[in-house]
Amino acid sequence: MSATIHDSDVAAPHAIDLETETVRGLNAVLHGIGRETNQGYWRVLNPRGRHAIAVGLAAPIQIDIDGHVGYYCAGMNQQAHVVIHGNAGVGVAENMMSGFVHVKGDASQAAGATAHGGTLVIDGNAGARCGISMKGVDIIVKGSIGHMSAFMAQAGALTVLGDAGEALGDSIYEAHLYVRGAVASLGADCVVKVMRDEHKAELFEKLKRAGVDGQVDVSDFKRYGSARTLYHFHIDNASSY
Amino acid sequence: MCGIVGLFLKDKALEPELGSMLSRMLEVMTGRGPDSAGFAVYGDGREGFIKATLRGPAGTDFEKLSHNLATTVGEFIPIVARDTHGVIVVSADRWPAIRAAILQIAPELTVVGEGHRMELYKEVGLPADVARRFGLDSMAGTHGIGHTRMATESAVTTNGAHPFSTGIDQCLVHNGSLSNHNAVRRELKRDGVTFETDNDSEVAAAYLTHCMKHGDSLARSLERSLDDLDGFYTFVVGTRDGFGVLRDPIACKPAVLAETDRYVAFGSEYRALVDLPDIGAARVWEPEPSKVYFWGLNS
Repeated sequence: MSATIHDSDVAAPHAIDLETETVRGLNAVLHGIGRETNQGYWRVLNPRGRHAIAVGLAAPIQIDIDGHVGYYCAGMNQQAHVVIHGNAGVGVAENMMSGFVHVKGDASQAAGATAHGGTLVIDGNAGARCGISMKGVDIIVKGSIGHMSAFMAQAGALTVLGDAGEALGDSIYEAHLYVRGAVASLGADCVVKVMRDEHKAELFEKLKRAGVDGQVDVSDFKRYGSARTLYHFHIDNASSY
Repeated sequence: MCGIVGLFLKDKALEPELGSMLSRMLEVMTGRGPDSAGFAVYGDGREGFIKATLRGPAGTDFEKLSHNLATTVGEFIPIVARDTHGVIVVSADRWPAIRAAILQIAPELTVVGEGHRMELYKEVGLPADVARRFGLDSMAGTHGIGHTRMATESAVTTNGAHPFSTGIDQCLVHNGSLSNHNAVRRELKRDGVTFETDNDSEVAAAYLTHCMKHGDSLARSLERSLDDLDGFYTFVVGTRDGFGVLRDPIACKPAVLAETDRYVAFGSEYRALVDLPDIGAARVWEPEPSKVYFWGLNS
């Protein structure tokens, strides 16, 4: 995986090589950076699929990770801008609070799971359970997503330029789902909704954030959301519980 | 947990290094399965001959067994010993008689694998130790599969270690747990299939072998397993010509595939693949659920 990082972007990038430093050591250094830092740009070399890289960051720094990463990369992120120049394993940016995580390749299962805020952009495909239990994050997937995505999604938006797998948005609450391609099937209580102007405007803003405005037409998308029939106990369903 | 790996070489020049590549992949998967490890390697083979892998208790004297066998069958057949395992090559028509003779002379032995090209080794212990004991580093071949086990469904024993083989040149490694293995085992037993363990993965291996015995291709057998096997699984299956991959419909267990002009590699995690040649230039992706992938020498 060749890096596509331009050193000219910053004056003095701080590079940490995971062949000579442990992930624990890397994360300890990153956790030590204050919010008023002027050490704004970091590079992580030789990630080689290691787990838990750049987890729990809480400062407005940029980190370029130079290859494929393992599980939970950039989990619990606050403020940081993390770019993964490769594929991400299970649970990338899970429980993110704010900031920006960009996966240049594919992401595995549970991308952006339970995340409260921030933006997650995946250039390739995402596996199953993308945005499961999302609580406010903005997820934009340029490829397709796997089954059970946005399961119990509570808030935020999931935008997919490709297709969605089975049971999209099962038991969804109030998250917005925009899918351009085919949806294999909808989960319980998830329905197609009317795309009003306000939704088109919202979607356009998201496409812009992912850098694909002008290439993709908002009118190619369908909107999905909650039918709101599972919100409350219903006596007719008593036998199902 | 459990870790599984598979490696299929397209480039003949890599064949002498198959064992060392596979050994490194297994070792990286130690965290996913430290209880036992095993692997199958498809090396050279002769038409009309059976290559069988025998397993005995620690200290088994395979040279002595060769001599005792010679007295019984009137022919000296060398058994190449590797720790607790021994590999014997016999003409296919003589094999049933020689197999019976071996098990009569040394009833404590088990035939863990039979085929033309397959050798199969497994033991309790850390993957690196298991690989070293059997000398995996120095083995050559066209393809191989391996497993590191974290036991959940049955005891930590060598019998419970993977791979499982129940057919000629066929074996399987499994990450996951099957919930209907007892029912499937009962049905297979009715059809005359015998089992060595109460392990769920052995049932999966036997199921696939049973399908293929009745004329299904490996791909078709794997597709059928989607209907008949219930539970969590990622399977990697080795055959004489290649290897196949299947994940259950909800993709419960992790899987990563990588392909270059020189090889196809499978790992439970990408970490297992990082020491393969030119992995940075490989196409790396996650296999889809319910989709059968297969690479073969003839495909």
